This record gives sequence, C-alpha cells and structure tokens, in this order.
Amino acid sequence: MRREAIFNTALWLGLLAYPVWAWLGDEPYQITLATRVAILALAGVGLNIALGLGGLVSLGHAMFFGIGGYAAGILASHAQSYTPLYDGAFTIEGTQNMLVIWLVAVVAAGLVALVTGALSLRTSGVYFIMITLAFGQMFYYFTISWPAYGGEDGLSIYVRNWFPGLNTLDPLTFFLICFSILSLALLLSWRIAGSAFGLALNAARQNEDRVRAVGIEPYRLRLVAFVISGAITGLAGALYADLNRFVSPTMFSWQLSGEIMVFVILGGVARLFGPVAGAALFILLEEVLGGVSDYWHIWLGVLLLIVVLFARGGLIGLIAGQGTGQATGQRKRAGGADD
Amino acid sequence: MTEPVLRISGITKSFGALRASEDVTLDLCAGEIHALIGPNGAGKSTLIAQIAGALAPDSGTIKLEGRDVTAQSTVARARAGLARTFQISSLAMEDTVLQNAMLGALGARQGRLGLFGSVMRDTGLRETARAALDEVGLGEFAGFRVGDLSHGQRRQLEVAVALTLKPRVLLMDEPMAGLGAEGTAQMVPMLQRLKHTAPILLIEHDMDAVFQLADRISVLVYGQIIATDAPDAIRTDPRVREAYLGDDLGEDAV
Repeated sequence: MRREAIFNTALWLGLLAYPVWAWLGDEPYQITLATRVAILALAGVGLNIALGLGGLVSLGHAMFFGIGGYAAGILASHAQSYTPLYDGAFTIEGTQNMLVIWLVAVVAAGLVALVTGALSLRTSGVYFIMITLAFGQMFYYFTISWPAYGGEDGLSIYVRNWFPGLNTLDPLTFFLICFSILSLALLLSWRIAGSAFGLALNAARQNEDRVRAVGIEPYRLRLVAFVISGAITGLAGALYADLNRFVSPTMFSWQLSGEIMVFVILGGVARLFGPVAGAALFILLEEVLGGVSDYWHIWLGVLLLIVVLFARGGLIGLIAGQGTGQATGQRKRAGGADD
Repeated sequence: MTEPVLRISGITKSFGALRASEDVTLDLCAGEIHALIGPNGAGKSTLIAQIAGALAPDSGTIKLEGRDVTAQSTVARARAGLARTFQISSLAMEDTVLQNAMLGALGARQGRLGLFGSVMRDTGLRETARAALDEVGLGEFAGFRVGDLSHGQRRQLEVAVALTLKPRVLLMDEPMAGLGAEGTAQMVPMLQRLKHTAPILLIEHDMDAVFQLADRISVLVYGQIIATDAPDAIRTDPRVREAYLGDDLGEDAV
C-alpha cells in the first residue's frame, strides 16, 4: 500500500510541476494540456465514486459533464449579451463569475443525478448501463434541437469567466484553479471511501444481501453516491467549458461517457488516483500517438484491451500492486492500525 | 408459557401448482433453540426466505416480539432485531474481517451513515465489532481479508456479524454446512451459549448437532410441519420416521 501512496504523491506533484515547467519555458499549449488532464481527471474522480466504490457502471456521465458545461455556457452567454436569463416576477441575470457558475453546475448536475438515479438505480447490471445511456442521449438530442442556445453549433464563451481576485485568462492561473478543485475532489473522495457511508457502499457493491441483512438499504446508499458522483462530474464540465471557451452537444455524447470511463479503467477502478493516472495517460497517448497517426484510437483500443485482460487494477494496479484490490483509505487503516 | 419472540402463523406460499409452504405455524421462545429439519425439497429455504423478508407469503402472519412484520422488508426486519446467517456465506469478500463486523455494528446503530468521518476510527463501532469477533473466536483474524479465510472461519464470521446486530432473534441457515467434524465441534458449544443472547431458529442438516442442540424440533415435509416436539419425542415419532425412512435419522433412532 505504501507504494501506491508514493505513486499518488508523485503523480500529484508531477501534474503540478509540469505546467509550472511549461510556464517557465513559455509553452502555453503544454499548460493547456495539463489543464485538460486535471479537468478530465476531475470528471473521472466523479465517476469513480459511482463506478469504483458503488459498482455502478454508468454510461451516462457525459450527461452531468454536459450539464455543467451548459450551466457555464448559458450563464455566460446571457451575461455577454446583457439579456436576463429569466425576466418575470423577478429577474435572473446571467453571470461570468465562476463561483456562481460552479454552484449552479453542481446543483443542476446533482439534481439531475437525483432524478435519473432514482429511476435507473431500480435496475442493475446491463439494464442500468442502458438506462443511464438512454438518459444521456436524451440530453444530447435535446441540446441539438434546442435553438435558443446554439443547437448543434453550441455556444461560445468569448472571454473566459472570472474568479474574484484572479486573472483566469492566464493559463497557469486557470490551471491552478482546476488543479485545486481536483485536489479537493480527491480529498473528498478519499474521505468518503474511508467513511461509514463508504464502508457500507463498498460492501453493497460486493454483496447487497449482506448489507440488507444488517438493516441498511443499498438503494439509498447508491443514490447518494450517484448524486455526489454526478455533481463532481458536473463541476468538471463547467471547467471544461471555460477551458475551451465553448460548449456544444458533444459534451453530452455517449462517446464522452465512454471516455470518462476509459480514464477510470486505464488508471485503475476504485483507486483513489486512478482517474488522474488514466486521464494523464490518455492525453499523453493522444499527443504522442496522435502526432504519429490519425488512427491512434486503434492503439488506445489495444491498450485498453490489455488493461482489461491482464491488468485489472489499471496503471496504478500495475505499479502499486494488485493484491489488495480495493485501494481505499479504509483498507490501509484496517490493515495497518489494527494489528 | 411466555409470549414467543417469533411467531409464524398459517404461512402459505405457492409457486404455481407447487405448495412450498402450507399453513406453517411455528414459534420461537426466549432462551431456546428451535430446530427446523426436513428432507431436501421440503420447503425450508422458502420458509426462511419468508421469515427473513426476501419472499412475501401468500397468506399468514409473521410476528416479531408481538409486532406484525409480515409486510415489512428485509431491511425493516433486520432493524427490528431479526438477524440471519446465510446458508452460503454472504460477506463482503474483499473487505477485512473487522470491516465486515463493523458493517453489522453500523447497521445496528440505525443512524445516518457519516460521509466524511473515518469509520475505522469510530471506537464505539470497533468495540462492538471486536466483542462479536472475540465471541466467535475470530479476534486474532480481525485484519484478515474475508477472501483469505477458511470456509469454517467464514461461517464463524457470519455468526459474528449477526451478533453485532444486537439481535432479538437469530435465524441460522445451516451454520454447520461444510464445516466437517472439527468445525461442528466448535460451532455446537457456541450456539449453545448464544441461545441465551437471543433464541435461535436453526435450520440444519447435521442431525447429530440438531439433536444435541435443539430444545424443540419441527419437521417440515412437503411444505407442511408434520410434528413439533422435544428431540426425544421427535426421534420416536412414527410420522417423522416415515418421512426420513432410510435417512440418517432413521438409523439414529433405531
């Protein structure tokens, strides 16, 4: 377990050091790449709470990512055009304040997760995958056909949204914002994994009859996990919109749901830093292989096959060892502190 | 006689034309072990499923400490004090022994599950879990992964988890299954002790163990209880002997 902690620390430091190094060398594109890693890792951290801890194979997480993105896009577009979002009995103005946008993104994604989760968690296995996929596609086609916010063309954010006291236009500053949020989400995810809730959720993934027999309802645990998971992925979507200064229906596409899942699987399902390792590896491959061939996805596919067949713990499992499987904080303490 | 802790009255359950439970009436009193025996296919599993809440009976009632729980879910019954062990060990295999026991203690607490506080540092939970593990003799295995335990130790852990629930009734589905002579020899005195903590409804195939342990025995054949009596009376009951003809019981009784 020590090895995993060392690897996690190295990964965290590496992700922080790389853009600083790029900034010193005046390579803004590299900073943008690191920012993408941080944001996509954040989306993966969200999914990992449902997938890794809860065993919920959601193929609809692009839905939350897209909701977060559109929360940023819609609020910003109203602020840019000085038209209120709603003007009736009271007025809701658009805003370019990131703090407000994040709050809206988290709440909106969390609410949608609550409703879609309440329905889809009544099923399990392949039906759960299909239902979450269907919900995601509903949002995808809805945004395509909704002309008010750009329809298929999406929405542009002309000037990146602002954060009180910081210059978000500076790539390194924006990276640090994203990196801080990622770090907070990792901390949150670590605390959840080691909490009473995490213990019960994790047990429900392994054996739901056992959990019922001790008087705990797995459905409720999963719903809470799904909401937290969706909210975090939603926040990632809002940041992604600000990174690209653009949102479009592709944020809702099922391919994106698949990609988020790929980050988690590549890095290691249920590993705290799995999504970070996975997203970093993905972007690295995209850059390196993408430069060599347009068909780099083939090689990504091969890699994914190898991971699924031979390295179930993903990259982190390969480096830090497979033995203990579920690498959460609680296991560390259970094994170590007790004997 | 005092009011029974668990009272099952007139339970009937059919699957199509098959009557898996037919007007089953059974009770369990404080401090006793009431064994339920019957040949394979007699409907024991169906009956347990109905008592535990996994299956709803077509008719009849189940009362736990005088309260009708027939319409309640498994979760609600567990919260009311019905603790069960499974025929096939049903545990979180990737977790440690201690974590499994703590899950039980967590369920027994019946409060909100904390999202952020470290569960392993919750001394109250740990102590409940520890005490249950010590009770079944698994204390020194607390840090082991359940997947690494022997079959017998998993059976013991099943019992320990049930104990953490502060049970009013223990429903034990073949706790000796696959234990072998040595494991059974450990389990028997343990159940003997536990019945004073909570009365046990014991479903068991090991007839030696049943006749050693049970205060009363009910015999289930084709979904019906054909006899409920003290072990000695059951041993000589002609109807039971007929049902078990050629089986272990027949030989024992002769």
